[in-house]
Amino acid sequence: MSGRRAVITGIGVCAPGGIGRKAFWELLAAGRTATRTITFFDPAGFRSQMAAECDFDPAAEGLTPQEIRRMDRAAQLAVVSAREAWSDSGLGAGHVPAERIGTSIGSAVGCTMGLEEEYVVVSDGGRRWLVDSGYAVPQLYGYLVPSTLACEVAWACGAEGPAALISTGCTSGLDAVGHGCQLIQEGSADIVVAGATDAPISPITVACFDAIRATSPNNGDPAHASRPFDRRRDGFVLGEGAAILVLEELTAARRRGASVYCEIAGFSGRSNAFHMTGLKPDGREMAEAIRVAMDQARLNPGDVDYINAHGSGTKQNDRHETAAFKRSLGERARQVPVSSIKSMVGHSLGAIGSIEVAACALAMEHQVVPPTANLHEPDPECDLDYVPVTAREHPIDVVLSVGSGFGGFQTAMVLAAPHKADG
Amino acid sequence: MTVMPVFTGIGVVAPNGCGADAYWAAVLEGRSGIDRITRFDAGGYPTRLAGEVRDFTAADHVPSRLLVETDRWTHLGLAAAAMALDDAAADPAAFSEYEMAVATASSSGGAEFGQREIEHLWSRGPRHVGVYQSIAWFYAATTGQISIRHGMRGPCGVIAAEQAGGLDTVAQARRLIRAGTRLAVVGGTDASLSPYGLTTQLPTGLLSTSRDRTRAYLPFDIEACGYLPGEGGAMLIVEDAGSARSRGVERPYGEVAGYAATFDPRPGSGRSPGLRRAIEGALADAALSPADIDVVFADAIAVPELDTDESASIAAVFGPRRVPVTAPKTMTGRLYGGGSALDLATALLMLRHQVIPPTVGVREVAAQHEIDLVLSRPRPGPVRSALILARGHGGFNSALIVRAVTSSNTTWRT
Repeated sequence: MSGRRAVITGIGVCAPGGIGRKAFWELLAAGRTATRTITFFDPAGFRSQMAAECDFDPAAEGLTPQEIRRMDRAAQLAVVSAREAWSDSGLGAGHVPAERIGTSIGSAVGCTMGLEEEYVVVSDGGRRWLVDSGYAVPQLYGYLVPSTLACEVAWACGAEGPAALISTGCTSGLDAVGHGCQLIQEGSADIVVAGATDAPISPITVACFDAIRATSPNNGDPAHASRPFDRRRDGFVLGEGAAILVLEELTAARRRGASVYCEIAGFSGRSNAFHMTGLKPDGREMAEAIRVAMDQARLNPGDVDYINAHGSGTKQNDRHETAAFKRSLGERARQVPVSSIKSMVGHSLGAIGSIEVAACALAMEHQVVPPTANLHEPDPECDLDYVPVTAREHPIDVVLSVGSGFGGFQTAMVLAAPHKADG
Repeated sequence: MTVMPVFTGIGVVAPNGCGADAYWAAVLEGRSGIDRITRFDAGGYPTRLAGEVRDFTAADHVPSRLLVETDRWTHLGLAAAAMALDDAAADPAAFSEYEMAVATASSSGGAEFGQREIEHLWSRGPRHVGVYQSIAWFYAATTGQISIRHGMRGPCGVIAAEQAGGLDTVAQARRLIRAGTRLAVVGGTDASLSPYGLTTQLPTGLLSTSRDRTRAYLPFDIEACGYLPGEGGAMLIVEDAGSARSRGVERPYGEVAGYAATFDPRPGSGRSPGLRRAIEGALADAALSPADIDVVFADAIAVPELDTDESASIAAVFGPRRVPVTAPKTMTGRLYGGGSALDLATALLMLRHQVIPPTVGVREVAAQHEIDLVLSRPRPGPVRSALILARGHGGFNSALIVRAVTSSNTTWRT
């Protein structure tokens, strides 16, 4: 081990319920939900007609007309978040050589909104398999390749070090932050702009989750439809958003007097090699990912103060990860608060992992555990302390955040407070 | 002791040959896979030529259930991964489940599958979108299916960096092997040759519109006029050398010697692109000097000003015409996430067979390119090391150095 450690020194968030990390935290601390009936298109005819949408005006957030035209919504959310994170970090232009700044952005579905909108035009509403290329817009290839999202963030921050788009489905956000952390640890970069973005609230994505009945059909009560760990939960509610973090090598951050949110102390991924969408109830592979991440952090189960759950609100997920927490942390799983912010901001696929890391860092800053909203009747098979409805003041030095996604991917990340990072 | 990642297996699904042997024979014979697009009627599009993988019946390689659940890009990836494991004589059952990892590159996901399902949605309504769209279209499908098929429960990754992504997966494998992974499936495939997949690429203006299959994709040539798209790619098995040796691997294809990645300055900045820095970074990482490199596999996009950026970077590091440069991708087109993986496979086959593959089609290198391009015929070795370059649309630059593992190499000798 080189001994290089990665810390978070800047946070930017565009989430449902409010743009910017302050609005995001206020939503979580208040236990407010941002799920509603879809407004982006007419959802009549779809099984699930709800989503957690961002009230996002790209011009008001400072994007220029050309940026707005060029960028898919996922890129817009990412760039606005990246600029907020960069500003929050206090790094000026030229503070660090551009070639020492890396970019690691996650996204599960890339620019699908732009791809679908433009498909509708070139296919003339789905009438032509041999689509009319005469109607193709200049930025269309940028929509096909999701790596465009990493390009836009790199350009926004002047990053010229290693850059990548990480696309491991619903663990993309955690995996991208973890990848960024590794770039710093191994010395490939001193700063990494890391995070994730997804803007999947378009007909094709809603329809594809309809087809497998993964999303909630509880259309009559959209504000309370995302109910992780509740007996009455019936699927996830689709969301959108982005969170971008500035990751920095610890000693350099200290040297410049940066304000440090927390260290990324452990990161590990395992796969269940079982099923693209199915989970075995034993949580075995997620437990292994947690165990390895805890080992890296050189922490014991007793050190964990808060678990930010994947908590998507599907029955199989909630039981799977409850088992994983018990399996990896033993008795500590029953003592520590566990919550799912997807109850408030929905499930933004790849983005949510990084949005949850932002939530964990802010929870540590405020020493408050965000609640699991809409949890009134606990599933008897989910018997941990899921912090129902109301946020809770709680000393937090160490947070475990987990993600689970299509493909069978399970990721765990351990965040530790600055004084723990100082050793 | 430092860990040494070595390549022990190669699986190729390329427009000019499926299977490493068939592909390598085609490369040496100069047999191109560039031809008229047949997967759909491309007569109405300005680009009508491409590198299609024709010698491939998915049902021969992919279980029937998976055929309908996955896109062609995943069929190609599953086939290549199985070939690579077979070539490495690596039985996943002989490894512990968490010691095996998968990292693939994807640039366009399940493009053809996705177009079909979006068409169902917009022509017939939301209830007509099939149940497999959710697992076939997204970029992680191939990695997930490989992990499931072979029981690989270690860290799984997917990198998108357009053409550069295939090399980035090798860097990820090296990282994982340093952390205890024994075997990783790396590489990539892509298959964007559907009407919409092709249409998305046309506005870049980088595609060749030539109708002459032998003259359409000519990097560095005085007639360079853009590139052709292709499909397919390669998967490779990377293992820790000690672990490979202990399970009886006698002759790895080569080792991962060095790697670096950079990103170009923002467009309009007026500053130089980052490819040269990537080359220098990979050399430094490998602790090699330019004189140690025997061949450069160029990104070779065939867009004159971008070719010039590349030839200038190569000449700046190595000196004008000081190192042989080749681009066998003129026989396949650019395969995006699969493209740099295929270049890597080609470089490893070159180390095995000791002959530099040619840049078929190029006749006259334009004067501004001060490079020694290996033209129409293979050039005999010896070759001990190769530098592979890849640039991904938007500004990604990756450079990977592979080196032969010989009996005189003390790290391999038992």
